[in-house]
Amino acid sequence: MENKIYETIIVGAGPAGLTASIYASRYMVDHLVIGHLPGGMASEATEIHNWPGDKAINGFDLAQRMIEHAKGLGAEIIGDIVVDVKKEQELFKVITQGQKEFQAKTVILALGTERRKLNIPGEKEFFGKGVCYCATCDGPLYRNKTIAIVGGGNAGVGAAIYLSNLVNKLYLITNEKELRAETKLHELIYNNPKIEVILENGIKELKGDQKLSSMVLDKEHNRQAEIAIDGIFVEIGGVPPKELLEKINIETDQKGYIKINPDCSTNIEGLFAAGDITNGNNGFRQIVTAAASGAIAQNSVYNYLRKK
Amino acid sequence: MAEKIQNQQEFEEKVLKSEKLVLVDFFAEWCPPCKAMLPIIERLSETHADKIKIVKVNIDETPAIAEEYGVMSIPTFIFFEKGAPTETIVGAMPEDEILKRIK
Repeated sequence: MENKIYETIIVGAGPAGLTASIYASRYMVDHLVIGHLPGGMASEATEIHNWPGDKAINGFDLAQRMIEHAKGLGAEIIGDIVVDVKKEQELFKVITQGQKEFQAKTVILALGTERRKLNIPGEKEFFGKGVCYCATCDGPLYRNKTIAIVGGGNAGVGAAIYLSNLVNKLYLITNEKELRAETKLHELIYNNPKIEVILENGIKELKGDQKLSSMVLDKEHNRQAEIAIDGIFVEIGGVPPKELLEKINIETDQKGYIKINPDCSTNIEGLFAAGDITNGNNGFRQIVTAAASGAIAQNSVYNYLRKK
Repeated sequence: MAEKIQNQQEFEEKVLKSEKLVLVDFFAEWCPPCKAMLPIIERLSETHADKIKIVKVNIDETPAIAEEYGVMSIPTFIFFEKGAPTETIVGAMPEDEILKRIK
């Protein structure tokens, strides 16, 4: 274990964690950032149209700029996965998968969410063999193929618009009555001859041999329940990391998100949380709201440390 | 530095005929998690050069190799021992996940 005691350790290197780091540096709070995907899930986003100051920017570039900004101010960022956070007397011990241990007076949990899975037969089996969770990573591998995208929110619709430039045919499936994505994006979907929208339906099974070859819908679509596809992109949002949060024994809401107060504090003194992992921001999980709560959390850490 | 495989022939010589354990990183320039993994790959190729040879295959430049090994998501990491693939890992992962397999 390292002997050094940080003033705060920020767990997660996405928009919430990196913004917290930027504010920590500006307020000269000695800190460490631990996160395994620099930029977080935002780095995998297709074109982003709602980050103020950028009419359109791809997720990777925006994430890269945030990382450079944080590092430029002196942030120390470690690429690892945190497996436990223990409070021992007045100090927190942060333990990583790489079996490293770090100590801090406060911790900000800003790990975001893990990708929500369909949890249907065939999903695990064909992961990496047709089942994908990152359109910007795997999209170009499906040039001129037939694919499906599950999810009618901004992520799913954004992926559909991006992938329609590459593939031959694309089914966009949502279990809701209408696409949930920003209204401005709807016409890009409905006017695209390559995209076929399937509303109020779901997928119950994925089939194939060595690789994915078809999906079975809950209900028939155009009198067909089984549709041939080469790939499927799952874009149905995220879920909080249940196992870790249970281990930390932090209070969560019914859906598993960390319960926070308006100042981002939690039921454990000195432990703060920000971004998608929390029940804050009125449940509106966006890059801009994650960044905002990262700033609030860090400001609360600063006030907390000053009072100590 | 992890060497980039330029063609099929080089893949045969440097991966399939290698005496040492080989880790092949199938990547592309446009893939964010591939970029996140790059510094780890580069570091391990230097620190563990005695135990493992790490090479990279750009799936845009040499798609035939990626296709042969059924790569449909990136990054995909495939370990090769004595010319045969022994384990495949899909997606970004912490350094220790790779280290565990080298030791």
